[in-house]
Amino acid sequence: MGDRRITNHPILQFSEGEIIHFTFDGKPMEGREGDTIASALHANGVKVLGYHFMTKRPRGFYCAIGNCSSCLMIVNGKSNVRTCTAPLKSGMIVETQYDRGVPDDV
Amino acid sequence: MMYEIDLAVIGGGPAGLMAANTAAEAGAKVLLLERDGHLGGQLVKQTHKFFGSEEQHASMRGNDISTMLGDRLGSFGERVTVWKSATVIGFYEDGVITIDHNGIYKKVKPMRVVVATGASEKFLSFPNNDLPGIYGAGAVQTMMNVYGIRPGQRVLMIGAGNIGLIVSYQLLQAGVSVAAIVEGLPHIGGYAVHASKVRRAGVPILTSHTIVRADGAESVESATIAEIDRGWNVIQRTMKTIACDVICISVGLTPLAELLWQAGCKMRYIPSLGGSVPLRNDCLETTVKGVFIAGDVSGIEEASAAMVEGRLAGLEAAASLGFKSERYCEERNDCMEQLAALRSGPTAEKIRSGLACAECR
Ligand SMILES: Cc1cc2nc3c(=O)[nH]c(=O)nc-3n(C[C@H](O)[C@H](O)[C@H](O)COP(=O)(O)OP(=O)(O)OC[C@H]3O[C@@H](n4cnc5c(N)ncnc54)[C@H](O)[C@@H]3O)c2cc1C
Ligand code: FES
Repeated sequence: MGDRRITNHPILQFSEGEIIHFTFDGKPMEGREGDTIASALHANGVKVLGYHFMTKRPRGFYCAIGNCSSCLMIVNGKSNVRTCTAPLKSGMIVETQYDRGVPDDV
Repeated sequence: MMYEIDLAVIGGGPAGLMAANTAAEAGAKVLLLERDGHLGGQLVKQTHKFFGSEEQHASMRGNDISTMLGDRLGSFGERVTVWKSATVIGFYEDGVITIDHNGIYKKVKPMRVVVATGASEKFLSFPNNDLPGIYGAGAVQTMMNVYGIRPGQRVLMIGAGNIGLIVSYQLLQAGVSVAAIVEGLPHIGGYAVHASKVRRAGVPILTSHTIVRADGAESVESATIAEIDRGWNVIQRTMKTIACDVICISVGLTPLAELLWQAGCKMRYIPSLGGSVPLRNDCLETTVKGVFIAGDVSGIEEASAAMVEGRLAGLEAAASLGFKSERYCEERNDCMEQLAALRSGPTAEKIRSGLACAECR
């Protein structure tokens, strides 16, 4: 899969943010300061973020700005997190979501 | 706890930033609410230089414009409060707006509101259109230009409007190959300058073509495209399969107007403005008194128009509260003239007729 980070760009400069460690379905992964959960996963080659609760078809992100709910995952045990806008934090436990999830306060 | 302020501006894109700046300058106490962790809206990811005149910051790059407008807000001190990571989730008939601010639920009752929530991307229906690897053009732009991550290795772009053309060019700049740009219409919708840039780089633009289906096990591996006739029917013998790991959908935007529906604004479906838009008067006030609009949510145009609309809405919202400087008339006329100039010319005919349908007294 390899790293997908852009290092050479005619206009933009991306500062090499500090490395942030997290896990995805138990596997240790690295992201960068400034990443969202989805951008960090994408940089690691992960495109499938969850499965539709009824059809069980794979889902990835679509809008990447928090409009469409295509990127819902379980983060630190909390389901239905919009990973395209949620900032990546050190030690996060990120998991694929296969169902509707459970509401916060149940 | 209920916060009470003069003006709440919902959305920190170019329209909202201008509205907040202008109203604060007139003397109003402003609260700016932005869902993202940063200000700038769509502008943040636009790395190309803008068209237009100097007043609309032409030849600056979108990302620099948003930084400049955000910085200016800081100069008003306590008069301006900015809440980032603050999503407005409800707009009630008694004027209360409810907000999820970093996970904390808050209520605000502003005297006036400017809604500048922008737009969301339209989608296309075709078999397997839910496969991971099928992304909106804005999403691809966000991944590349905000997070510095390539969306894939080989992209098929659907749509040859300005956005499809610009994002294709930006993909090339980021070192991603673009297999082709597919456009259903018999002609290219975007500006010729953008089209010739991508063509020169060797990307074919296939007009009168459509995507027939996508295929792949867990994510996109290929797309089937074909020529279409005048009735938009697929010409079977022209079908061909293109290997790609990303399909980028760029078929237009539609106003993000849920909050205006909730507030009870009268809406009208106007296709040339991108979908359902609120009726408004010449102060950009909707049919609900005290609720103003600006930018893409009032009809899909461009950042330049969004900024002038934001300035006008901020000016009028403040004026309706009594914050009216002696330069008010001058400023208002300037906004009107700039908008008229931006909307002149044959390509803006659609916008002009759409806006005429959205007017109310
Ligand atoms: C690829 C591309 C290229 C473009 N090129 C040009 C160009 O060359 N020249 C030009 O003039 N224009 C260009 N545009 C268009 C321009 O970017 C948009 O018209 C402009 O950004 C619209 O401004 P806005 O403030 O209305 O909306 P946006 O920029 O979309 O901002 C809306 C803001 O509201 C926030 N928001 C939404 N809902 C809520 C909520 N419930 N609570 C809190 N906040 C919320 C969003 O997070 C966002 O920050 C381009 C657009 C794209 C996508
Ligand atoms: S991808 Fe649309 S909400 Fe996350």
